[in-house]
Amino acid sequence: MAETRYTKDHEYIRIEGDTAVVGITDYAQSQLGDVVFVELPEIGKSVGKGDEAAVVESVKAASEVYAPVSGEVTAVNSALEASPGTVNEDPLGSGWFVKLRISDASELSGLMSEDEYKAFVSTLS
Amino acid sequence: MAETQTIPAETLLRTPLHARHVALGARMVPFAGYDMPVQYPTGILAEHLWTRENAGLFDVSHMGQAFLIGPDHETTARALEALAPADFVGLKPAQQRYSQFLNDEGGILDDFMVARSPDPAEDGVLALVVNAACKEQDYAHLAARLPKSVRLLRADRRALLALQGPKAAEVLARHCPDTADMAFMTVRTTRFDGIPVNVSRSGYTGEDGYEISVANAHADEIASALLRAPEVKPIGLGARDSLRLEAGLCLYGHDIDTTTSPVEASLVWSMQKRRREEGGFPGADRIRRELAEGVARRRVGILPEGKAPAREGTEIADAEGRVIGTVTSGGFGPSIGGPVAMGYVEAASAEVGTAVQLMVRGKALPARIVPMPFVPQRYFRGPSA
Repeated sequence: MAETRYTKDHEYIRIEGDTAVVGITDYAQSQLGDVVFVELPEIGKSVGKGDEAAVVESVKAASEVYAPVSGEVTAVNSALEASPGTVNEDPLGSGWFVKLRISDASELSGLMSEDEYKAFVSTLS
Repeated sequence: MAETQTIPAETLLRTPLHARHVALGARMVPFAGYDMPVQYPTGILAEHLWTRENAGLFDVSHMGQAFLIGPDHETTARALEALAPADFVGLKPAQQRYSQFLNDEGGILDDFMVARSPDPAEDGVLALVVNAACKEQDYAHLAARLPKSVRLLRADRRALLALQGPKAAEVLARHCPDTADMAFMTVRTTRFDGIPVNVSRSGYTGEDGYEISVANAHADEIASALLRAPEVKPIGLGARDSLRLEAGLCLYGHDIDTTTSPVEASLVWSMQKRRREEGGFPGADRIRRELAEGVARRRVGILPEGKAPAREGTEIADAEGRVIGTVTSGGFGPSIGGPVAMGYVEAASAEVGTAVQLMVRGKALPARIVPMPFVPQRYFRGPSA
């Protein structure tokens, strides 16, 4: 079964074997507002934990999407370039950003579980 | 995802419509010392497009409203002409004009709207609307520089509501019928369902519309009545910014400030011929020199060719990659369906059609200089003869 972990910066990472799907949470998309532009990395790029993996822009501002763990980009969701609003409509599903081949699975243990993330979001006003 | 900084809400000022914004589900943000709605639940895109197609209601009560009161129009207008480069003496009763307070170097301290009272009994009264973030320093500047015969009266207990969009006129006419035939940039003293209001036909969206000044105590009644109309939705500061950017209108502190002159800012149209010729305002030497000899840089519209927005602070380079300027406002234009920007570039590169490059996150993105506004202005010039 797929396991999903969360960062304090509101990215999620869903582990599917040795691949991980990275996106932003529903809380994040609601805080951003209408997403109008997404910039995705090159396939094959290596990213370190906490590095910029993608950029998401709302009408008002640009924000970085950070890599929750280190890895190599194996796929990007190019469909977002034509329809960035998918990030708002289905952030956890078809609004994903990148797929990573995880280089150090031990980094996952520092991320929040779904329950921990829910508790974390509830502390934010 | 980067966190945004939060400022304790209890230290912020509130407009008379604050409770209504919260009840409508607005996301409140600190703006110029006020707790203001940046967007309502439908979001900035929908609010922006709604305003262009229907009518949007904006709470702009944070802006500074004040009156200049002198013995007669000529005296009051001359006092203001000593501080700003527009022709105020020539204002007809009920006429409104856009101008800027200038410092002695010709830099812009603030931009503002001014209207001559329509009431002959109020000869010598000019009504000002200034930016929220600048109002205290504007009032201090006025107090220090006005002659004894002209006094400043702050109207801090008045709210300001903007009703903007192609359906604004028909909606407002249900409550004050005599606003329908007002021309763009005129004001009228009237009643809204019996409530005394000062209405101006102007705004900050490029659309037809009004700004309605009303005593704080009645502001929510008016907002409530307008929001009952099916054509009207509440609009936050987010869409106000994207609407004004598409309309090519300056935002103080971003597109104009103390380092920019009205000539550099492409605001020559707001300085009438008599003032340009006679001078007699702060910084007149610089401005007349710039008019005669040209400027080194100029505010222009910039249209990125791709989809990536170029935000404020983005460097602008020429075709060879040499930096020639900076974006001062930039983002996504919902009515354009893509990115739009304005900024300052060297005069040699300011011609419409010039190809430039925008340095976004280390990449050079192609763009070109375009005329503004990005969307056609739809102001109501007056009843057809």
